[in-house]
Amino acid sequence: MTMKIIAAGALTTGAEAEKTLQIPNDADLADLAASGALKGVQRIELQFPKFTDGRAYSQALLLRRRYQFAGDIRATGDVLIDQLVHMHRSGFSSAVLAEGVDAAAAERQFARFGGFYQGDVNEPRPLFAREAA
Amino acid sequence: MYQYTSFDKQFVKLRAEQFRDQIERWQRGELTDEQLLPLRLQNGWYIQRYAPMARIAVPYGEISSTQLRTLAHIAREYDQPAPELLAHAQATQDALQDAQPGTTLPAAPLRYGYGHFTTRTNVQFNWIPITRAADVMDLLASVSMHGIQTSGNDIRNITCDALEGIAEDSIVDTRPFAEITRQWSSLHPEFSYLPRKFKIAFNGAEEDRAATGWYDIGLQARRAEDGSIGFTVKVGGGMGRTPIIGSVVREFLPWDQLLNYIEAVVRTYNSYGRRDNKWKARIKILVKSEGQNFIDAVEKEYKDIVELDGAPHTITQAELDRVTANFVVPALQAANLPSKVNTQGQLYQRWLQQNVRGHRLPGLKTVTLSFKRPGFATGDADAATLEALAQLAEQFSAAEARLTHEQNLMLPWVHESDLPALYDAARALGLAQPNIGLLTDMIICPGGDFCSLANARSLHIGAAVTERYQDLDELFDLGPIDLHMSGCINSCGHHHSGHIGILGVDKDGKEWYQITLGGSDGTTLSGPAIGGKVVGPSFTAAEVPDVIEALLATFRALRKPGELFIDALRRIGHEPFKQAANAARHPKADQEALAEQD
Repeated sequence: MTMKIIAAGALTTGAEAEKTLQIPNDADLADLAASGALKGVQRIELQFPKFTDGRAYSQALLLRRRYQFAGDIRATGDVLIDQLVHMHRSGFSSAVLAEGVDAAAAERQFARFGGFYQGDVNEPRPLFAREAA
Repeated sequence: MYQYTSFDKQFVKLRAEQFRDQIERWQRGELTDEQLLPLRLQNGWYIQRYAPMARIAVPYGEISSTQLRTLAHIAREYDQPAPELLAHAQATQDALQDAQPGTTLPAAPLRYGYGHFTTRTNVQFNWIPITRAADVMDLLASVSMHGIQTSGNDIRNITCDALEGIAEDSIVDTRPFAEITRQWSSLHPEFSYLPRKFKIAFNGAEEDRAATGWYDIGLQARRAEDGSIGFTVKVGGGMGRTPIIGSVVREFLPWDQLLNYIEAVVRTYNSYGRRDNKWKARIKILVKSEGQNFIDAVEKEYKDIVELDGAPHTITQAELDRVTANFVVPALQAANLPSKVNTQGQLYQRWLQQNVRGHRLPGLKTVTLSFKRPGFATGDADAATLEALAQLAEQFSAAEARLTHEQNLMLPWVHESDLPALYDAARALGLAQPNIGLLTDMIICPGGDFCSLANARSLHIGAAVTERYQDLDELFDLGPIDLHMSGCINSCGHHHSGHIGILGVDKDGKEWYQITLGGSDGTTLSGPAIGGKVVGPSFTAAEVPDVIEALLATFRALRKPGELFIDALRRIGHEPFKQAANAARHPKADQEALAEQD
């Protein structure tokens, strides 16, 4: 899965008719999933009110891994370059960059590491399980 | 020590490259100071009072001679302030000194060109310009060293008892578990922006020498009756403004579930830990306020990880075996160097008693070199000393050494027959004071000479106490005493866990010191982990050594034969000690004279 990086100004609102659900970063996903609120949703927007507030990483991971959400998970808010790889690995599939952030510099970050120790949403197995396989 | 694989080495190099890219983007104005902040912290780079501080990870304290030489090179070539910066720093420190109430202690000199050993087995440098930071990280990466997660609101570098794998009272060598956890936590995608820092410690012996009760997660190894290995899991310990001892949330967690369970704890913390107030953001506050609800939430999350998520991080026997095998026991050979030491002499015998410990392997000993010596700050090693240590480790300890929680350096593989020659060599370096575990083996943070968080200086107090207690007869008569000092409530000097604790506080720009009594880090000698209690209003710097002397005089007057300070304190109660401390205040004249000047 690749991540769609969207520059701040490039976002066209209204043209996209997909069913989008915005989830605040203190929402309880278990309750939400149990209520059926995720059914039929094509995109979930998660929030980074500040780039240092990391709650949405856990939400994205749980949406993918535990609640099997297969639609788009979009990072919104204070979205900067150096957190994109973490977001992608946690299950985000698109990100709207904060104002003034250069999308080209963002793309570069994805090629930097050849691999990571722990498993993630895209590759659930940790390094030791991958090497053993 | 752990031998890096090609993946491990490449990972550290790529991390250094990433850091260089981040610093360059910041220099070009593409990253603001605020945006760079967590990125540099996650690589161990702070901005302190006068210059950046680099905190280099030494996992489990284990360091090779090659790595020590690289640190020596960094100390000599990079830990060097420009003359104008040093002059500015000195002038600012001089003004601070002049502002102190009454007659005060002489200031410690501002030193540079050295590495500082910390309580969490990191090495810190204080003067490296940020423009050279990326070069330093490349140098470190060339010897498999880094600053990954030595700071920031992430899972910090993981610590163990310094005697893991060599202790006589070992239950399990926890280093492989710690290393598996370190790898899992490195650049963790979900847990790099936690509410606050998160520290994990392992202890594998009967005695808790890793202060596990004071950690966000403390893991004590156990062996069940059927021989299987597991961990007692404590969560929510910590020092700082609200000292709390961790609560046991699991009596016995099977070893293969370690990462799954830690994941459950950290995810619960990431989701529910407070982010509105820095002082209430540590997991200890969540554990304290939620109590059983927190434990229930962790257990539910753990159950879901296992039952719903497939528990992908369950540790396999093959992985444990692989990592265990990478903690290579080096080829061991005695140095057989000549020595003229009088091995019957009192000084040598005292050194044997305090600085040398038993070993799980026959014929071997561990030797602690004391970095508590007159003329140097606690835990400081300059370039020449670091180089000499590299050589000493090569000659006597298979080219390996270990930093200890108490800010000393241990040689883990010394042949008993080499002890006299090693003593000779250590004494020549000024590292053979037989004071390990005694009053002058203090834990002290860098304090207000360097740290921008500090409320008061700490190094000059350490120097004054060191100088006052140079008489070994007196020191041995006083026996084991943990004296810990922090320059602010962040508690890097672990004052809460000292039998005697000193805490620097600020009142109107002047430095004052609170004294606490009766703390424990959790060792057998000190008893179950607990925070000390304040004796009364704070003291001036000049009063502190006199207060310590008064406390010790009270101890000597009231102790039973052979009784330790901490035991006497608990038997008698704090009251007579409090009275003695308060009676040691200097005459008001000093402070009143100062008030008139104002």
